Order: sequence, then structure tokens, then C-alpha cells
Amino acid sequence: MNIRALQPRVLYAILLPVLLLVLLLALNVGPVDIDLGKGMLDWFNELTTMESLILFEIRLPRSLLAMVIGATLGLAGAALQGLLRNPLAEPGIIGVSNGAALGAVIVFYYGMAGFAWFLLPLAGLLGALIAVSIILLLVGQSRSIVTLILAGIAINAVGGALIALALNFAESPYAMQEILFWLLGSVSNRSVNELFIALPFMLVGWGMILYCGRFLNALTLGEETAKSMGFDVVRLRLVLVLGVTASVGAAVSVAGNIGFVGLVVPHLVRPFVAYEPRRLLLASGVTGAILLLVADIAVQVLSSNGEMKLGVITSLVGAPFFLFLILKSRNVLQ
Amino acid sequence: MSLLSGHGIDYHIETIRILEGIDIQVESGELVGLIGPNGAGKSSLLRLLTGVEACTWGEVRFDGQPMTQMPAMQRAQRMGYLVQGAMAYWPFSVEKVVELGRIPYQKWWQQASSEDQVKVEAAMTKTETLAFRNRIVTTLSGGEQTLVMLARIFATEPDLIFADEPVAALDPYHQLHVMEILRNHATENRAAIVVLHDLSLAARFCDRLYLLNHGKLDCSGSVNEVLTRENIARVYGVDSHIECNQKGVSVTSLARISEHHP
Repeated sequence: MNIRALQPRVLYAILLPVLLLVLLLALNVGPVDIDLGKGMLDWFNELTTMESLILFEIRLPRSLLAMVIGATLGLAGAALQGLLRNPLAEPGIIGVSNGAALGAVIVFYYGMAGFAWFLLPLAGLLGALIAVSIILLLVGQSRSIVTLILAGIAINAVGGALIALALNFAESPYAMQEILFWLLGSVSNRSVNELFIALPFMLVGWGMILYCGRFLNALTLGEETAKSMGFDVVRLRLVLVLGVTASVGAAVSVAGNIGFVGLVVPHLVRPFVAYEPRRLLLASGVTGAILLLVADIAVQVLSSNGEMKLGVITSLVGAPFFLFLILKSRNVLQ
Repeated sequence: MSLLSGHGIDYHIETIRILEGIDIQVESGELVGLIGPNGAGKSSLLRLLTGVEACTWGEVRFDGQPMTQMPAMQRAQRMGYLVQGAMAYWPFSVEKVVELGRIPYQKWWQQASSEDQVKVEAAMTKTETLAFRNRIVTTLSGGEQTLVMLARIFATEPDLIFADEPVAALDPYHQLHVMEILRNHATENRAAIVVLHDLSLAARFCDRLYLLNHGKLDCSGSVNEVLTRENIARVYGVDSHIECNQKGVSVTSLARISEHHP
């Protein structure tokens, strides 16, 4: 691919205004047309009007949630691809997504989702934590990356099987539909509460991932060389995996599985950051935020009634796009 | 005091004994060769000496200080390790690969400074890799890639370089080039330890040799002491012809010795 890498200043001078623009656009989209300026003004004057309610209770939480989830998926995908030195890695590979999804599905299965709003995200986070604990126990002190991947795949499969079991024995078609819809991934009808429960975990996870940036650069020359460059490979791998668990676990817990963002975004961004794993992290985070916001806008515009799920559109667009990227970059990556 | 010394090094992987009772010293100004047949434990010894792996028994000291007590980043600044068949997983430019050598001097949030840039430039000059600084490293020839990986090590400005078979897959021109670079490094009152299979190159460039066999030190000393027909027959199981003249030493393997069991 003949894409020239961009200076960080130039890259963010493009990405950040685009992000702001897309966010403004997202706030404008919804079933009813509202005057954004009036909503903002009313909110400042502490007037409870329809405009300020729609803007600050519905649209802003939803858009911010799409933004931070997109950022998480982009960041986590870039981190795992760097760690495993495998461009096919995605956040789900270490079993976090299915673990979180299973936690949430159990809450649905026993019909507890309605009891309290925080049960669902909490169960999701717990599921992610359990999944990753089992993986870390399986891997132990093993230095092998392959063990980590295989353990992740195994736990993912177990999670998937248990979700299938829950669907199989769901009490009513309604419960089954609820689970299925939730699994497809969406940020609609979310409130500030979901944002507040997910954001702390995401921030901690982002910090842990970014802390490993220099280590990921060193890993470009292999684990042995990274070790000789002063890095404690086993410890930093743990930090990175836990960072991904915290952030992706939180994302899946509030929004379900949103596929392909974590896989595709790093591929998209890589040529622009000269393939440097460390620079890729933040750039993938910002790009992920932009793309998921765009996807959420598209979902609302394309189907105003009986809304299409966010996870459906990301997979629908992501999969063929991924194929296209592979075809274009197969000469660069070995 | 030696720059690097290992005393009574034992190394086991699970219950298999890889190395036993190895003593080794490296002084400033020396280029030391590690030789021996396949499976003798050369690479394992090198990894223990770099501190990438820990000894089962025994101790490695760098500048008189036990390796296990050295802070990791200080170790990384003073020693460079060229692994066997070193390569980059992502399509980095040559310059970016060399820049990785400055990592041990940077905090986790820092980028390469202008001082780092100067060192990178110097390392590329030393290894004659400036000409392809903007090329993608994975598109270079094997010889050029080895030079780039060496440049990465020089960017760190280490006192001691460890190189595991750096010339294994290179043509004669690049073999000599890489060995000359390592030789010059040692002569600047620093040092290098090189694992070699080519005994003629070892004889030509090294000050001292350590000959390993079955995880034990068979013998060590000057080139003339170690590279004798008897030693080579005993350890490698080949009959050889050794020629010394003003142009250097050359070792030619003539025939396998049939009663030798490796």
C-alpha cells in the first residue's frame, strides 16, 4: 500500500475535528427533530424542556457511550494485535467478550434484568473477570503466546456454548428475543447510568494499555529481544490483558457484542502511523470512536422504526471491508 | 575485574541438564567466540549471560555486580543482544528499527528525543545502513537486515554485545562486514561475545575461544590453543586441516570420523 505515514500532529489535526463533527451530527439525529442550541441553552438555564431532556438524557449519553465503546474496541484491538504480533487478533480472542456476554445473558435468563439497572453491567463485568481469571490460571507462568491464544479460544468456546444453552432453555420466546437482541449489540435506550458504570473501568483499562505502548514497540523484534531490552514480558503481558479485560468487559457489559471494530480499525490506521504499535494505540482509539459514532448514526437514519442493531451494521460493513483490507495489504504483511 | 564473568553455571530445563559447571570471563577489549557442535548449549549459555534467562545454579556478574541485582533498564543500556535470525514483525522503516535501540533510555510516555536521533544516525553510519534508512526492513536482503539489527544494538551504545550466529546465513562479503563491525566494537575498549559455526571466521576475528560440547566446557584459550586437529576431531567428530599463515588461519573439514557418536 502506498500510504504515507502522517506526523502525529497532522494525524490528530484531522482525527479530532472529525470526531467533534461526528459527535455534533450524532446529537442531531433521532426520531424527533430538536433545536440543539435551544436544548443547550435550556440546560444551562436549568429549564426542563423537551429539547434539553432529549439532548442530555437520551442523545448525549447514547453518543458518548458509542464513542467510548468505539475507542475501547479500537484501542484493545490494536493492543492485542501488537501483543500477539498477529493482525487477525481482536478483543474477543482472549475470551473477554463472551465471558461478559455470558454474565449478562445469565441475568436475562433468570429474568433479573428488570430488578435494578446495574445488575446487567455488573454481571457482565463479573463474567469478563471470571473468563480472564480462568485463562490466566490455564496459562500460568508459561511464556508461550500460543498457549494464551489457545486458552482464549477455549474459554470463548465455553462461553459461546453456555450462551447457546441459555437460549435453548429460555423460558419464553420473549426472554429468548431479549437475549438475542442484547447479544447483537446496541447503545440505544442507554442512560447516563450505563456510561458512569462503564467509564471508570474503561479509563483504567485504557491507562494500562497505553502504559504498555513502549513494550509493544520492543515486541516488534520478538519477545527474546524485548526481554533483553529490559522488559518483564510476563508482567507486561498481564498488565495488557487485564487492561483489555477491564475496558472491553465494561463495553460488552453495557452494549453487548459489537463485532469487527476491534479487528478492522487497527488495520485501517496502521499505514498512517508507520506501522508503529505504540502510535497505533491512541490513533486506533480515536478512529474507533469516530467509526462507531458513524455506525450509530447510520443505524438510526437507516431504520427509524424497529431499529437495526449497532453490532449488525458493524459486522455487515466490517466483514467485507476487512476482506478488502487483507487483499490490499497482503504484500506488506508477511 | 572482568567486564563479564560466569561461575559454575548450571542450567536445567525441567529435568534435562543443558549446561553444567561453565566458567567464563570476558575482559574489555576482547572479542570472544563461543564454538561447539549443534546442541552443545552455545545459545543457552548466551541467553544466561545476557540475563534474559536465569541460571539454575551459579552466577553471572557484570562489572562485578551480580546480574540478578541489576535494574533491568540499566542492564538493557549496557548490553545488547542480537538474537539468532533477528527480524521485525511489522513492516518498519530501517530508521524506525534502529530507533528501537533507544528504548532503554526512554520513560514509558516519552518519544525519541533529538539526542536519540543523533545516536540513531551514528549507529547507522557505523553499520553503513544510512543508504537505506527509508526502506522497509522486511524488503531488505538477509545481509542488510543483519546490519540493521546490529545498528539497533549500536544505537543503545552498549559496552557488551552478544551475537548469536550473526553470520550464519550471510554471503562472504557480509560475513566479513559483520565480523569487522563486531571486532571494531571490541577494540574500542568494549567487548563482544559471538556464537559462531564458521571456525575460520572464529580463528580470524576472535581473541579467545570457548569450545562447548554436550553442555560442558571442553576447553578454552587462544585460537591456537583451542583450534587444534585433536580438539576438533574429539568435539566435532571430523578430521580437519588447519593452515596458519600471514593471511590468517583457515580450518577445512576433510571427513567425518566414523566412530564418533554425537
